[in-house]
Amino acid sequence: MRTLCGSSAANQQLERSWVRLRQGKLRLQKWFVPVSEREKKKVVSDMMMLLLFRQPRTCNFLQWKDLKIVYKRYASLYFCAGLEDQDNELLALEVLHRYVELLDKYFGNVCELDIIFNFEKAYFILDEFLMGGEVLETSKFAVNVSMEQADTLQETVEEYMSKPAY
Amino acid sequence: MPAVSKGDGMRGLAVFISDIRNCKSKEAEIKRINKELANIRSKFKGDKALDGYSKKKYVCKLLFIFLLGHDIDFGHMEAVNLLSSNKYTEKQIGYLFISVLVNSNSELIRLINNAIKNDLSSRNPTFMCLALHCIANVGSREMAEAFASEIPRILVAGDTMDSVKQSAALCLLRLYKTSPDLVLMGEWTSRVVHLLNDQHMGVVTAAISLITCLSQKNPDEFKTCVSLAVSRLSRIVSSASTDLQDYTYYFVPAPWLSCKLLRLLQCYPPPEDGAVKGRLVECLETILNKAQEPPKSKKVQHSNAKNAILFEAISLIIHYDSEPNLLVRACNQLGQFLQHRETNLRYLALESMCTLASSEFSHEAVKTHIETVINALKTERDVSVRQRAADLLYAMCDRSNSKQIVAEMLSYLETADYSIREEMVLKVAILAEKYAVDYSWYVDTILNLIRIAGDYVSEEVWYRVIQIVINRDDVQGYAAKTVFEALQAPACHENMVKVGGYILGEFGNLIAGDPRSNPLVQFNLLHSKFHLCSVPTRALLLSAYIKFINLFPETKATIQEVLRCDSQIRNSDVELQQRAVEYLKLSSIASTDVLATVLEEMPPFPERESSILAKLKKKKGPGAVSVAELEDGKRESGELNGGGERGQDAAAMAASNASTPSPSADLLGIRSSVPVSTTPASAGSLLVDVFSEAGPAAPSGAVNDDGFLRDLEQPTETSDPLLVEGSGDSE
Repeated sequence: MRTLCGSSAANQQLERSWVRLRQGKLRLQKWFVPVSEREKKKVVSDMMMLLLFRQPRTCNFLQWKDLKIVYKRYASLYFCAGLEDQDNELLALEVLHRYVELLDKYFGNVCELDIIFNFEKAYFILDEFLMGGEVLETSKFAVNVSMEQADTLQETVEEYMSKPAY
Repeated sequence: MPAVSKGDGMRGLAVFISDIRNCKSKEAEIKRINKELANIRSKFKGDKALDGYSKKKYVCKLLFIFLLGHDIDFGHMEAVNLLSSNKYTEKQIGYLFISVLVNSNSELIRLINNAIKNDLSSRNPTFMCLALHCIANVGSREMAEAFASEIPRILVAGDTMDSVKQSAALCLLRLYKTSPDLVLMGEWTSRVVHLLNDQHMGVVTAAISLITCLSQKNPDEFKTCVSLAVSRLSRIVSSASTDLQDYTYYFVPAPWLSCKLLRLLQCYPPPEDGAVKGRLVECLETILNKAQEPPKSKKVQHSNAKNAILFEAISLIIHYDSEPNLLVRACNQLGQFLQHRETNLRYLALESMCTLASSEFSHEAVKTHIETVINALKTERDVSVRQRAADLLYAMCDRSNSKQIVAEMLSYLETADYSIREEMVLKVAILAEKYAVDYSWYVDTILNLIRIAGDYVSEEVWYRVIQIVINRDDVQGYAAKTVFEALQAPACHENMVKVGGYILGEFGNLIAGDPRSNPLVQFNLLHSKFHLCSVPTRALLLSAYIKFINLFPETKATIQEVLRCDSQIRNSDVELQQRAVEYLKLSSIASTDVLATVLEEMPPFPERESSILAKLKKKKGPGAVSVAELEDGKRESGELNGGGERGQDAAAMAASNASTPSPSADLLGIRSSVPVSTTPASAGSLLVDVFSEAGPAAPSGAVNDDGFLRDLEQPTETSDPLLVEGSGDSE
């Protein structure tokens, strides 16, 4: 896998008499190969354009340049992965699903707000699951144990509330 | 309220994020960010040493700002300082910052490597994993130099914890991919292969990726893994769904591990050892059988996982290409998927069948599905599926169905997306040429191509049709007649004018007998298009005119009149002016013999490979065009002069393995040059790639209006849970 991104679905608003399309915001991006910043921005915006114009009831796969793109929409978020030629597409779909399951297990009924406010946790969970573009650990139990262990090294809610707010 | 109870919520960070979200405009957002950046800068430079918590918080804020899309040019030092903290969370944030904002500052790299080294030798598994992750995320050469020898040792050491082993394996993989020369596996090879037998499934999962990559580069050293992989696979495939506990995914045992094992086996030819081979065949048959059984769960995740294994198994069967029984079964299974309810499966089935189509054992079986595929081409709503169907038609085309397939592809071309038209045109041209028994059909097809998708017909295509017409006497008259009729259409494409101009110039005499197409009529027809054409086409037409003067002396006066007029001999384009002047002179002073010699009919072109195949390969990347096709391409050019039977097709196809990338670089080392002639010369370089290789940058024209007005007034980020119970993949 070369990249995994999560972006919010676009919002169409009717303003006065014309429709304005707001492009989705990128909530999560992970690159497994070295790519320059400019290239990253371009790839992301191209991919988002492609995704936002997909019709409903189409398949979850796209071919774009030399990448296979696998995407799935969960509520207001699109998760998409850019795969190399030899990667298995259905399995990548399940990788996306497993990742969302892991997020769900950790946050409890995860929603987009959780990912916005706890973005660093989203990255940590991703790190427990994928490494270098390959699947590291497929056991939901094992990943959860890791995250819980890390959390026990944290402070409690009281300590949290006593922290400065700036 | 965000998940505060998960501890480690940095309150200042949460407040900052809220502020940003509440900004009403981009300017307000930038203002808030700048304020924060100034605050952080002052804190970092301040006299008071920051405590770990604050440092962590500010580094995290910087990270957030960076991920929003703004540039960050400070904070790296503080992040590196966090690495040496003893608190896990601070280390974690430090590593995250560094992984995301990789910096090539050499001072920092030294410090980072130092911190990593300390963590690696700390014997604390959590710290070790953090360090390994950082190396895998960054994977720079300096890191490879520093750690490439250390990591294999960690990987195979007996006292390493399982989680660390997993991380070490994939970390090593990443280093190997970026700096293969620094990762020397020599002494560790057998121990790494032995990891395939590890108790812990996670370790096996991670180790396999590493072994697969290493096997691709050094197949001989790692070939002992094949039998281990087969036995592991058969243990998984035959296990009940409760055996593997947490590694069972929606009632499918270890899908990721199974797929990885199957992919590893694709790096090697079929095992020679009879017992191993038998076991493997049994495995594959079990997988195929399972696909026929009723599903254990209605959830789409179950079927996706099950089918992922199935598709990977089919890839392996195709790769081996040696078990006819399995191949036919695979083909039938794919055939069933072609008509499945789920679009994903139809898409993947079409894709897999493309590779199946070039195997000699299953080629016939694939052809039986031609009606389904044609139907898919016509009726599928999803453009990516239609494109796969077109690809499959191209792959399964052979002598028996070529006319039907080309006709279907032509009618599809009329409504195809613009982004794929050029590729379709190339494919139709290749097929038409390859399977033409009757070259008048070929000429018709190409002219149809120009009529339907003229803009996307690249030069290679119409050069080719001209080459073929020139080389084959039997089709010249037909070509002249057809082109003449095509030109009479009120709006014909410029490429048609080019082809028409050239062919009439050479062979107009063959139809001059008929009063409806007498010389003057032909000339007027061509000249009526003259002013609509671009400069290169006009140049071509001028050459056609001088050829007319030679062929039809009765038109000399008319044509000279045209050449003499100001718009030609004083044309602002140098090429046109030169031609007009020279042709005019030539026609006036040369005797009929000289004129006839100069403007003699074009000799047949020498045999050369089809440049169309080269162009298609270039468009799709290596491996898209199989070796068989390239060899056929070479052979068919020998048939331009009416060569012999094409009996070697089947053998050539069987010899090639379509799934491996074709070593085509040297076959097409020399791009075929344009025919040496006075025409058709486009001003500027010949065989120029008129169309760039960029992928579809604009969305396909499939935007429909009702999509825009849906979902009005929905909030930007919803608090809807992402996972809803019972929601399958809606079709």
